[in-house]
Amino acid sequence: MDSVMWSRLLTAETLGFHIIWATIGVGVPIFISLAEGWGIYKKDPHYILMAKRWTRGFVITVAVGVVTGTCIGLMLSLLWPQFMKLVGNIISLPLFLETFAFFFEAIFLGIYLYTWDRFKNPIYHWLTSIPIIIGSTLSAVFITTVNAFMNTPQGFKLDKITGKISDIDPIAAMLNPSTPSQVAHVVSSAYLTSGFLLAGIAAYHILKGRKHDYYKKALRLTMISGFVLAILTIIAGDLSGKFLAKHQPAKLAAAEWHFETQTHAPLIIGGTLDEKTLEVKNAIVIPNVLSILAHNTPSGKVIGLKDIPRDEWPPLYIHYLFDIMVLIGVYLLIVSGLFLFCLIRKKRNEWNKWLLRSIVLGAPLAFIAIEAGWIYAEVGRQPWIINKIMRVDQAATTATQVDSMFYLFTALYIALTLIASMVLIRLFRNKGPEAELEKIASHSSGGMKNAT
Amino acid sequence: MPLELIGITVLWTFLYGYVIIASIDFGAGFFSYYSMLTKKEHIVSQIIDRYLSPVWEVTNVFLVFFFVGLVGFFPDTAYYYGTALLIPGGIALLLLSIRGSFYAFANYGARKSRIYMFLYGITGLFIPASLSTVLTISEGGFIEKVGENVVFHADRLLMSPYSWSVVFLALVSILYISASFLTFYADKANDIQARDLLRRYALFWSGPTILASLLVFWGISKHNPEHFRSMLDIAWMFVASLICFFVAIYLIWKKKRLGLAFTFVMLQFAFAFYGYGFGHLPYLLYPYITIQSALTNSTMGWALVIAFIAGLCLLIPSLYLLLRLFLFNAKYVQGRK
Ligand code: HDD
Ligand code: HEM
Ligand code: HEM
Repeated sequence: MDSVMWSRLLTAETLGFHIIWATIGVGVPIFISLAEGWGIYKKDPHYILMAKRWTRGFVITVAVGVVTGTCIGLMLSLLWPQFMKLVGNIISLPLFLETFAFFFEAIFLGIYLYTWDRFKNPIYHWLTSIPIIIGSTLSAVFITTVNAFMNTPQGFKLDKITGKISDIDPIAAMLNPSTPSQVAHVVSSAYLTSGFLLAGIAAYHILKGRKHDYYKKALRLTMISGFVLAILTIIAGDLSGKFLAKHQPAKLAAAEWHFETQTHAPLIIGGTLDEKTLEVKNAIVIPNVLSILAHNTPSGKVIGLKDIPRDEWPPLYIHYLFDIMVLIGVYLLIVSGLFLFCLIRKKRNEWNKWLLRSIVLGAPLAFIAIEAGWIYAEVGRQPWIINKIMRVDQAATTATQVDSMFYLFTALYIALTLIASMVLIRLFRNKGPEAELEKIASHSSGGMKNAT
Repeated sequence: MPLELIGITVLWTFLYGYVIIASIDFGAGFFSYYSMLTKKEHIVSQIIDRYLSPVWEVTNVFLVFFFVGLVGFFPDTAYYYGTALLIPGGIALLLLSIRGSFYAFANYGARKSRIYMFLYGITGLFIPASLSTVLTISEGGFIEKVGENVVFHADRLLMSPYSWSVVFLALVSILYISASFLTFYADKANDIQARDLLRRYALFWSGPTILASLLVFWGISKHNPEHFRSMLDIAWMFVASLICFFVAIYLIWKKKRLGLAFTFVMLQFAFAFYGYGFGHLPYLLYPYITIQSALTNSTMGWALVIAFIAGLCLLIPSLYLLLRLFLFNAKYVQGRK
């Protein structure tokens, strides 16, 4: 394989790894803040402890998020020097802004961790969680605008012959057509996934026979927000679909195995494709739905792949990735909806074993949806690294030895995963919240020294 | 001021910030591990932990800021340095990753393991060594443009005495900066035993720091006479640096005004660092890239400057709050909170 291929692999691997921890980094602060705020409001030490325990796990995951993020940041220049040289001129503003968001988050995370009992009024401590949320969410927003720019580049003029760019407008580049839907979808899905992660942990413990109210409160908090977030994520996903229909028809068509430009286009779920004859078999076909997804009306016209030059088709396997993401989205909505239904209709039992098991399953599924979604979005842009402007192979480094870097970083990510999991297990195993709550009750002053 | 000067000044300032706070961190890692080996960890480790734990992520952001800002203001640097530095950059990244994550694992995780401490201590020496070679490379002669390709001559770098003198300077400065800061911090914490131990480290490493600086001067004069000459034009900065050094050492020696002593250490490095950087201008990479040739278009440049000013308005109060809570709060420093 050549440098281009290795660069793609290394980038994909690093981003795919970073995104797991980054998602936790974006989403979990919301829940920490919710729990602490609610606990202060209700004067309920359970929620305060919840916030503390979540924070303890969070700092470990943040550490991996930070180091892998630093890796991508530098790798972008190392692996895609041509790309950075070009986009450095156009889209470095959000990258630069992102570092300020990191700064903001990092400073207040340090403060939040070490000031649990430094303030007389607990509200002040809670207030320091707000900048963490702002910082981490803004870093997701800014980086997503960069990715959105790669989907729908604008805010500059390119002279195709000399390769010179002019008339640069950094704000227009940031606020490109892809930005609104993509930002909404990335942020809502990160919150959703973190909610399911925390819900899954609580549900797991209840299944294991823990009876303490603490777990039930945790589950209620995360599931109620999870339901709202699932709806928002799907709405944002739907907006993304409409965006694609308008601006990146190749990506949508490839995801749907949609070849003929037509109105009343059907939605294809699953199935197999004969790449030669372009015949789809064994699929579930729902008439009109693709047109509705793309244009809100069955008579909307959806561009098919046959209207796009063959060498600009993205790989067609992304169909499955799209299906996986959408199915998981529907699954998460149903599970959290059922839980809510049982909660409201007191006669039903929301602690039903099967329901709890489905919630536990929801946590890894949500992460799979994130990965599937990103691979879909990135591979679906192939062969372009910047849509219609620069191809992936024109952007990659000319240096050799990318392969050895690939092996090195693979080893690093495996090691980080193993050690982070070990540390997390050791941090929480045999240290349930029950014992801590008793301790708090016995010295009613409450609270521990710090996060460790 | 022209845009390119604003840009490079901002970046150089952040790099300076990184040099200082990362040195404290790197050196602290080494001292923790060393004191663990010599069974003195009970003396220093608490001091080190109390300062470092809340700030490690902030340290990392300084570095991120520098390389993101560099590519933003001077996109051409991405092309030259990026192509050439895949391997050394990759290795530095690997070390940074190990260090950052293991720091968190050891401090926020369940317990301190000897392996974590070892990795934390040892990466603290290798990272500055590998990062400092980027400055060496910028002096020219190691990256060459051959036709359409950018080639990096790693062998020349490894054989160059100049390159090794820079590595040596990086290592000893780190230990010196770190020890003088921690002396001050231990003093504030009223931990006499730790202060005296750290003070001895600070004095011990001060000699090699000056020796290494002289070596680097000599190295530059051989390797890049042009840069050396422009440094001589602003020789007063280096003299000022030396004076600050003497003041700092005198204060540390006398155990007086240790906060002021550390300020002089910072000034010592500031004069030398800005003197070096100013002499380096206009080149970002001899002889290929200058700040003028690599500068981004002016719309983006000004957008970055405005973003920077807005960002500072947010950052400075936050940093102030952080320092007030953890550095200038006597109760916290003394471990009573
Ligand atoms: C928990 C995660 C999750 C869930 C449940 C969903 N998505 Fe998603 N999706 C993402 C996580 C995600 C993502 C990781 O956030 C992506 C990858 C790139 C991006 O912008 O967002 C994404 C991308 C993405 C794109 C491509 C956007 C682009 O390339 O610009 C579309 C069209 C959808 N999604 C549509 C949907 C629909 C219709 C869903 C309905 C159920 C859905 N997604 C559920
Ligand atoms: C902003 C700069 C970015 C660059 C230069 C970039 C570039 C690339 C390239 C070249 C690939 C390989 C595509 C392929 O193998 O077909 C890739 C894949 C990928 N990218 Fe992006 N991307 C960027 C932004 C992002 C962002 C913000 C994310 C989100 C975390 C992301 C997530 C992914 C994922 C998950 C893959 C894996 C796809 C696969 O397996 O092939 N990318 N990226
Ligand atoms: C091209 C893609 C990306 C780059 C270059 C990148 C860069 C970085 C860098 C340099 C850091 C470390 C910051 C520090 O030192 O504190 C980081 C962390 C982080 N990144 Fe990424 N990132 C990318 C993709 C993403 C995406 C897609 C998201 C969100 C959906 C994201 C969210 C975060 C968050 C929240 C952190 C802070 C660490 C944490 O709190 O867990 N990043 N990223």
